[in-house]
Formats: sequence, structure tokens, C-alpha cells
Amino acid sequence: MLKNISNLGDAALYCDFGNEVNKDINSEVINFFKSIKEKNIKGIINLTPSYNKLIVSYDLRVTNFKEIKKIIENLNINETQKTINKKLEIPVCCDSLFSLDIERLEKKLNLNKEKILENFFNKEYFCYMTGFIAGMPFLGDLDKNLRVQRLETPRVKVPKGSVGLTEQFANIYTFESPGGWNIIGNTPINIFDSLKEKEPNLINPGDLVSFKQITLDKYKNYNG
Amino acid sequence: MDNNYFEIIRAGINTTFQDKGRGNLYHIGIPFSGAMDTRNFFLSNKLVSNKIDSPVIEFAYQGPLLKFKGDKINVAVTGDVIFKLKKKNIEIYGNCYESYQLEHGDEIDILSTNKSVYGYMAISGDLDLKFQWGSCSINTNARIGSNEGKKLAIGQKINISKINLNQTKKKIDYLNSKVENIRVIKGTNFNYFSNEGKKTFFENEFTVSKLSDRMGVRLEGPKIENIADTNIKSEGLIKGVIQVPGDGNPIIMLSDHGTIGGYPKIGVVASVDYDRLVQITPGSKIKFKEIELSDAETLFKLYEMETQNLISQI
Repeated sequence: MLKNISNLGDAALYCDFGNEVNKDINSEVINFFKSIKEKNIKGIINLTPSYNKLIVSYDLRVTNFKEIKKIIENLNINETQKTINKKLEIPVCCDSLFSLDIERLEKKLNLNKEKILENFFNKEYFCYMTGFIAGMPFLGDLDKNLRVQRLETPRVKVPKGSVGLTEQFANIYTFESPGGWNIIGNTPINIFDSLKEKEPNLINPGDLVSFKQITLDKYKNYNG
Repeated sequence: MDNNYFEIIRAGINTTFQDKGRGNLYHIGIPFSGAMDTRNFFLSNKLVSNKIDSPVIEFAYQGPLLKFKGDKINVAVTGDVIFKLKKKNIEIYGNCYESYQLEHGDEIDILSTNKSVYGYMAISGDLDLKFQWGSCSINTNARIGSNEGKKLAIGQKINISKINLNQTKKKIDYLNSKVENIRVIKGTNFNYFSNEGKKTFFENEFTVSKLSDRMGVRLEGPKIENIADTNIKSEGLIKGVIQVPGDGNPIIMLSDHGTIGGYPKIGVVASVDYDRLVQITPGSKIKFKEIELSDAETLFKLYEMETQNLISQI
């Protein structure tokens, strides 16, 4: 349930769905997001759904907080439709070449590499949101014994394709970027393609993702 | 001559094509981008009789050295910028906010911005650029926009597909104003910070760090004390948001910012001060001042009226 609408600065609305992170709340956020998007409301220039928040940014030249808040409060939100979850399998190579933070994880989790990977590859994940950098999927929920904090000092450059863990989530760096997630492997697949303007993201909120471990040899010869 | 272009003899430090930016893409992780200083972007276009949101060249600190080949064309530079025009037998310093006509073989040498970061050069006509999601704006991090998402480089050409018929000289008297205080509206995690921390934020000066770019301004100064949690569940960001990570040093999100972030938001820069915020150079000191939403809205309205007024005077 939408609990509260406040302002984020003078050009955005902050829609708060509570503090919990679970699929039900996230589905409500996505539903709310889709309902607003469909209506093409004048002045709204961006919508950012996340685990349990939705940010609605608007053009202050065209409208203001009061106006947009009123419109959003009186909006007919579509009944939560069961979104059809697309299922995807992402190949990941966990060769020591790519598993940059495996030693840190072994120490923090008190598990060896084999056990960490076994736990990671044994689950199917739900895409809660995409963003931070273009197309980056936030996938949950990791097994309880795989949950760790971000690196104390983030990397200046995380290689493209890196698969990382933090808290209850896994993600994939769609291109080289700064970042602080614990990297366990790398995928040869292109997760974001800016040339596909209609659907640049391979993984979208609501999708179900599983990972398949591949050898370094297979990684090197991967084509589509 | 239908082949009109600029040859890039020196590219400058961070020279890109920018326009009004691209909306409706935050949900897939693509930031708004666009010209950092909107007012100067609009004015540069108006000075060369373009539509005000046409693509322009944005540069930071040192700008490009460009040689023109083709018919006569007007250019205008806005911001606080030092530049030279090199014609056949004469070399002069140009004035910002004034259009100049270039002929075949003439050069424009944008030496540097003066106590500011960004400047703009508009070219009277249509640039031959690729648009992605309705915008040519280059986002070098995501490799999005014209020029394959890369900053401009030496040896490249800037092709002009059509020169404006109207090449009348235009100018306006305008001086960029500086802000002493950056006005800020309380953020959604304001109460994550101790009273002492809030006081630190509003009463002390912060220094703009060298690690600032189109994504964000990093600040250095007294640490802002957090009493709740230095992480939040990742959620959306907008430009102007001030996040305070675990190390207590604030970061202000700018036009190419990551679309979501997981650090507490202590405040958001009021839209009225955004154009001036982006112009503050590394090493400079800034101070924040709290204002209410209604005041921020009124101040922006006035700022916008002033911008429109300037545009209509050209």
C-alpha cells in the first residue's frame, strides 16, 4: 500500500510504500508505476520505481508539487495484474580471473568457494528493479547465508559483465562502472544494448532469472 | 558549398554535444543528461537564431580549437569563457553573449572557462548528429548519445547539415551571477542525521573536490554525523539530491547521475540554484541554506521569468 506522498526537492514526488522489501510490495510499486506511465500526465518527465518507493519527477516549468500530488492521489490505479514473468538463464563464468571478491566472501561468510557458488547457482531470482547504471538488474533474494555488505571502499572500475552480491541481492554490471558489490563472476552476455531503443534491457522488473555456471573455455568462445 | 564542417584541432578536456536531455528513462537506468547549465544553453542557441533547445557544444574548463570549412556561419559562446577568433589576418578575443561570423578557414579557439566549469558554443544551423531516445546528449559513462557516446576527439569533424538562412549578428548584455549559498530543501532522510550533523551541514563550508564531474559534485569538509543508518534500501535519485555516504562527505547528484542510490538523502538543491551550482569549480567553498518548498517554487518561477526575459531580448 502507498503509505505517504512527500516532496523530494521541488521537482519530484516521493511515493513511499513502506520499508519492507518483498515481491508483493515491489509488485504494487511496479503496478503504480505502470498506471501513471500509461496516462502520460502532462509535466511528468520521469518515474523511478524501486523496491518500495516510486519517485515521480516533473518539470517545474510546467507544473508543481501540489498539482502533481493531487493528480496522483486521484488516479485510478489498475488492479494489480499478474505480470507474466519472463524466464531467463544467464551464463556466468566464476574463474579466478573474474571472481574478484571470492576470498573476501569466503572470509565474511565462512564458506568455501564451492559452497558459495553452489548456493548462488541453485536459486531462481526475481528482478525488483533496474537502474543505477543503464539496465543494471537488482535480483533477489539471495540465500540467507550469502548476504554481505558492500565493499568498504568501492572499486573505481568494475568490469563490464561482473556479477556481484550485496545483502539480499545480486546484480550485473551492464558496463564498466564504479561500484562496491562483491564480484563472484562474469557473464559474456550483453545485458544492456543502447542500440535497441525500444527494449535496451535484457532483464526487466518482474522477470525471473537463473544463472548457469560456464567454464572459462566456454566463456571465451561464447557467441549469443 | 554544401560541405560545411568544423575540424577539431584540439578537443578540450570534456567536450560533448548536449541538448535538453532525454526523459522517461530513469526506470531503465538512463539518466536525464542534457546541458548542465540550462540558461546558458538556451541563450547560446538564441544568439545564433536556432531553436533554443537545439544541440550545442558543451565544454568544461579548456574548450576546443575548431577550424571552419565551408560557407559563412555564425557562432556564439556563452558562460564565463575566454576565447579567440582567428581570421585571415587578424586574431581577436571574442565576447561571450555575442555572435560572430566565421568564414572558410577561420578558427575559434576556446581557451578556457574563467572561474566556472561549463561553457557553450552554438552553431547557426543543424548539426549532423545521431539522436538516441530523442536526444543527442552524450553520456560518456553509459556510452549513449551522438558520437557513439564518446567525448569529442582531435581530428574529428563536426558536420553541419543545414546552415540557418538568418545570419544577423546578435548580442545581449549578461553577466553570470555567482551564488554565495546553495539553497536546499530538506531531504527524505533528513532525520537520519543528528542535530549536530544537521548543524554541521548548514553552518559549515564545504570544499568542492577535484573528483567532480557531470555525474556529481563531491564535497569535502567536516563529517556529517549519521545516527540512524549509513545505507538505505536503494531508491530513485534526481539531479540535485545530496547523499551522505558512510564517510560523512556529501555528494550532490548532477545531470549524468546514477538513477538509483543507497545512501541517505540529507537534502535536495533547489532548482533555482542548479545552473549556478554546476559552475562552481573544484577548490571553491560552498555553504548550504535551508529553504521551504513554497519558497523554492517561487524563486524558480522568478528565475525562469528572468531566463525567458533574456531570451526575448535577443
